Amino acid sequence: MIGALCAPAVCSMSDYIPVALTFLFAAIIVAVMVSLNRVLGPRPDRNAIKDETFECGNEHTGSAWRRFAIKFYMVAILFIVFDVEVVFMYPWAVVFRELGWFGFVEMTMFMAVLGIGLLFAWRKGALEWK
Amino acid sequence: MDAWLIGGVKSLIVIAMVLQLSALLLWVERKGSALIQNRYGANRANFFGVVPFNLGFLNTLIADPIKLFTKEDFVPAGADRFIHSLAPFLALFPALITFAAIPFGDYVVIGGTTIELRAVDLDVGILYVVAMVAMSVYGVVLAGWASNNRWALLGSIRGAAQMISYEVALGLALVSMVLTYNTLDMQAMVYAQGELIFGVLPAWGFLYQPAALLIVFTAGMAESKRVPFDLPEAESELVAGYFTEYSGGKQAAFMLADFAEVVMTAGLVVTLFFGGWQVPYLTAEGWTLPFMDLIPVTGWIVTVLQLASFTIKVLFFCWLQILVRWTLPRFRYDQLMNLGWKGMIPLALINLFITALMILLVGESA
Repeated sequence: MIGALCAPAVCSMSDYIPVALTFLFAAIIVAVMVSLNRVLGPRPDRNAIKDETFECGNEHTGSAWRRFAIKFYMVAILFIVFDVEVVFMYPWAVVFRELGWFGFVEMTMFMAVLGIGLLFAWRKGALEWK
Repeated sequence: MDAWLIGGVKSLIVIAMVLQLSALLLWVERKGSALIQNRYGANRANFFGVVPFNLGFLNTLIADPIKLFTKEDFVPAGADRFIHSLAPFLALFPALITFAAIPFGDYVVIGGTTIELRAVDLDVGILYVVAMVAMSVYGVVLAGWASNNRWALLGSIRGAAQMISYEVALGLALVSMVLTYNTLDMQAMVYAQGELIFGVLPAWGFLYQPAALLIVFTAGMAESKRVPFDLPEAESELVAGYFTEYSGGKQAAFMLADFAEVVMTAGLVVTLFFGGWQVPYLTAEGWTLPFMDLIPVTGWIVTVLQLASFTIKVLFFCWLQILVRWTLPRFRYDQLMNLGWKGMIPLALINLFITALMILLVGESA
């Protein structure tokens, strides 16, 4: 039935009309939600004390836009590497049954490289949080 | 023209479903926490005191929104005003649209037109879900950064690292599901789960892939940033984490996004592992229980039963997440990262390897 609705040769952009509509409706609803306070709420009554960011009563000094721990940056780099490799696996998974043992051996090698990469990062201490 | 009309109606229905269920879950969460921790919750709402019982669910559906939307729109000094307003949009928007790819029923024929019961009839449904889940990290990062508040920034950096870490494990587990069903189409996955193993057991995904179920459910809960994965908001450490500086409708957007992600996780787990809208042993002809005669059930009743089946399963997994949220304490950050990188990613890799091996050894049945 799904095949009948959308055979690969005749698949067109019209399949993505519902996606566009979903995006549109969700965007409108969320935009209204986020901006409704401007209309319904009281006029902002601004003064220096009230406008300060919340720091548990401590006086506010300097900007929050400063350096932070490099560990988070390491996680982001590792994420890019691993996520890109995961993306490569999706097309492989779809045609896996046609590829058979050839596809299995190829992907085992690919996954071994991925695994060694993870082990390397692990041994180097990139995954440690202290 | 038809495509526009049908698509529009379906997407509106799905968005409304997710929004309403999220708001309702807010009440279930308060009532559930009261039940679990033996205290009172949400027991004040009433119409001028005339209704004999309290209307707690109206509290979150009507009273809370009215209160939230009539608050002052506050932006702290020194914040990036544009991004501060953009962040709640980016948080809620992907959470709302993710559910669109999840089939909530088979199909209905109205006036000769076959309408599939899901908002977007994509044959790459899994990829759509992964893409939209990945987008939700922007709202968290930008909210914390734009607020120019140290607590908020800490929360958002924690949130970003946590969400992307668990996304890798989620992606790997989903690859093994794609291998199992040999398709990216979520509707086809649900059809595959209508089969029977040895003519007895429904071929639901969790029987083939228990490890993937564990990973997808855990990663889904980590993506929704709720206890025990609530380090980005951690009330007792970071005030309210990345949405400390938000009020009114914008804060509501973050809350709703959390609950929409709960609904999305439940929908994903149900669709991939628990048969989606399938009712066990119910086929188009009727109920075919093993070793028994066929009980004829046809037409609209089948559709209604399937919709009910999907709804009950989704509500069950929403409740399960609320149960976990009020039962477990928060992780420490190194425990969280260890679980993600040293536990779930190796497990997902091994699971993927075993899945591929089993498919080749056992053949089509695995």
